[in-house]
Amino acid sequence: MRPDEYCFCEPEHVSDAFTLSRREMLKVLGGITIIFTAGEPLAAMEESLALAQQRRGGRYPDEISAYLHIGEAGRVNCYSGKIEMGQGIITSLAQMLADELDVSLDSVDMVMGDTALCPRDMATVGSLSTRQYGPALRRAGAAARALLIELAAEHLGASQDRLAVEDGVVFDQDDPGKRVSYAELARGKQLEHRIEASTTPKGRSELRICGKGASRADAEVKVTGLARYCGDIRVPGMLYARILRPPMHGATLEHVDTSAAEEIDGVRVVRDGDLVAVLHEYPDVAERALARIEARYSEPERTVDNSNIFEHLESLAPEAETFAAAGDLDEGRRLAVKTFEVTYLNHYVAHAPIEPHTALVQLEGDRATVWASTQAPFWVQGQAAEALGIPAEDVRVITPFVGGGFGGKASNRQVTETARLAKLAGRPVQVAWTRQEEFFYDTFRPAAVVKVKSGFDRANRVVYWDYDNLFGGSRSSEPVYHIPHHRVLSRGSWGGGGHPAHPFSVGAWRAPASNTNVFAMEQQMDIMAQAAGKDPLSFRFANLVDERMRRVVEAAAEKFGREWAVAPSGRGHGLAITDYHDTYVATMAEVEVDRATGAVKVKRVVCAQDTGEVINPDGVRLQIEGCITMGLGYVLSEEVRFNGGEVLDKDFDTYKLPRFSWVPQIETVLVDNQEMPPSGCGEPAITPMGAVIANAVYDAIGVRTFVLPMTAERILRALRES
Amino acid sequence: MKEVVEFQLNGRATTLTLDADRLLLWVLRTDLALTGAKYGCGAGLCGACTVLVDGEAVRSCMFPVREVQGKEVTTVEGLASDAVLHPVQQAFVEHDAMQCGFCTSGMILSAYSLLRRNSNPSGDQIIAHMEGNLCRCGSHKRVLEAIQTASRKMNGGRP
Ligand code: FES
Ligand code: FES
Repeated sequence: MRPDEYCFCEPEHVSDAFTLSRREMLKVLGGITIIFTAGEPLAAMEESLALAQQRRGGRYPDEISAYLHIGEAGRVNCYSGKIEMGQGIITSLAQMLADELDVSLDSVDMVMGDTALCPRDMATVGSLSTRQYGPALRRAGAAARALLIELAAEHLGASQDRLAVEDGVVFDQDDPGKRVSYAELARGKQLEHRIEASTTPKGRSELRICGKGASRADAEVKVTGLARYCGDIRVPGMLYARILRPPMHGATLEHVDTSAAEEIDGVRVVRDGDLVAVLHEYPDVAERALARIEARYSEPERTVDNSNIFEHLESLAPEAETFAAAGDLDEGRRLAVKTFEVTYLNHYVAHAPIEPHTALVQLEGDRATVWASTQAPFWVQGQAAEALGIPAEDVRVITPFVGGGFGGKASNRQVTETARLAKLAGRPVQVAWTRQEEFFYDTFRPAAVVKVKSGFDRANRVVYWDYDNLFGGSRSSEPVYHIPHHRVLSRGSWGGGGHPAHPFSVGAWRAPASNTNVFAMEQQMDIMAQAAGKDPLSFRFANLVDERMRRVVEAAAEKFGREWAVAPSGRGHGLAITDYHDTYVATMAEVEVDRATGAVKVKRVVCAQDTGEVINPDGVRLQIEGCITMGLGYVLSEEVRFNGGEVLDKDFDTYKLPRFSWVPQIETVLVDNQEMPPSGCGEPAITPMGAVIANAVYDAIGVRTFVLPMTAERILRALRES
Repeated sequence: MKEVVEFQLNGRATTLTLDADRLLLWVLRTDLALTGAKYGCGAGLCGACTVLVDGEAVRSCMFPVREVQGKEVTTVEGLASDAVLHPVQQAFVEHDAMQCGFCTSGMILSAYSLLRRNSNPSGDQIIAHMEGNLCRCGSHKRVLEAIQTASRKMNGGRP
């Protein structure tokens, strides 16, 4: 993102820009704009994704407007409603556009997550950005290039088929002296152009920038401290707010005395029902004032905590929905020579991005500008509008760099709070949650119970698979193996769906549902392999018919080693595989377990991934490494402790994230599959982490906990009980 | 009660008249408009707010501004000189040693304070020194590699 336009968003510019329509604003910018309109074939092409999103409560854009702008100085603005939260699309989307246009990568500036400038977008979730936005962007690039060639032919008096482009300069191949740059062609013109149905992006063999490693486009602003996050933005007259919070979910405010807080110089207290906040020009002074507020709450009864949550969930489980089924379960059970029945559990997990939820709302007349740390700027637009009581089109949302999201920055509670406070105060207000608020209002990954019954036949083929997931969600729960008789049930979703079973909010957590499902599915496979007297690798191969998946497992074994033995071999080797939204992953790990303490040390992780076409191999590797490292936390230590509606973990002292000393040797293998469209890479590699470590622990010491996280205490207990 | 606090900030003499109990993090971020240091926990538990006071890494979220009196404060904004990145910053860029970047200033300043004292730390020394800096995105592997590269560079290319 360009620091001048984006990172140092001075309010003067913003309000100027705001009074103009997008079209007018582009006129101000000058140059060429490619306009897309609704009803193009493009929209139809993406309809299936759109429907999938709608089913999940998302809203797919119903109009696709401009994607790019070529400025008179030859720089290209690329607009995307997606946001950058570390996943690296600021680089990979720019690569895709640069390739189509034949411009250099560093001439592309990304403008992201700005509702006034970027095409409407659902949200940055589900590892969908490259897969969903990429094709549209490529077509836009191709259309722009075609138009520019047309203009160049006219300008140079040469026929189009003789023209070629390099680094944004069009030239006559027979007479290279005849040349004109995109910048010159764009100068002073205001052109509009539709994408023709016939517009097709380049073929793989024509790509020069995609498929090659590119270092992060945002690296330099991030190492110099110049990258702006929401909390770094201040506008004139802005006040920082700190909000009074209840001690537990479900508590109601009975009495509040704010007089001591108001004695502090410059402090304002505002109140709207339950929302009581302290405002000050400095956030630390607001914090100090908040501590002086006396409040009394009535607290609901506490009936559930970490010790009984799973029985509680089982007792409240909703009706099952069938997610996948084949054959006949009775027949499967009859064919099985051995059957297994295992229950897997996982506790609540926090997102814990280092940047807490933050928002800034500035009202000017009946229009508003909102800066938010969010994965969903277009949802924020609606939410802020509702809180302010103005139409959504009068709200502009700007998304600066987001300091980590992992699915947790999509519900935007902080935006609604900020909007209400800005309205009450009549001044711009910024809310940045404290770490305690972050742990309190997080939409945790739900605790879940998974019950699996399975069996294999005389030939060690898995023939029976009866799977029931309570509250975890269904994603990735369809068997990746060929199992003739199976049924996969799901009760309640990862989003909670307003179900009262959970004592607080739950929601999408990096690869929602999949972490829970793969933990169960891939341990079940290992348990059966051992009972069959087979090693985990050959047992899987005996049940795997999907050639693409076989290739991925091969690639991982190639790197990790092919010497697998029946578990427990004492070596501490584990394996788990998954299909996450069409990205195939095979992970192998080596662990060491301290029998005296139960502590697990993960020594080595090899991850092979087939993610279809790879735009930026460096970026994909970075995401895989991030998934593996973050995964260590939910697998070994992360568990939100609570007592009724009170969240007991309030900071990083008791809620333990992975640290430097935990990091294993990590090796990544990108399985070449350039002909398949890109399928996303921000989440898949985190999903096998539970099972791969559980299987490796079993291989090391012959016990399983069947519960996430596998803390040292739980492993020790399992050892004692074995 | 307002007090006068005088110190060097990124090589420039700075004088503030303020309530000196206030914490350095917020004074930097608001009064001085240097937002490179971030709030991650406010309790000394994450390292996102790390800055240097007389070359030592401190958690500015716990550091009353009074205590910088007469000292030299360096923030991430002050590390590059004349638009040339410091070798630690350069190494972070080379290794893509960040994702969301929110922990990055703190990582860089912690690493810098280590290399200042020990220009050739072992892998274990690096890990021990960086252990208190949290990164939720899982950039750890790259950060370790970047610190090793920076160490080599600062030793004039010797291993
Ligand atoms: S913000 Fe200072 S250590 Fe976390
Ligand atoms: S890069 Fe996101 S927290 Fe470290």
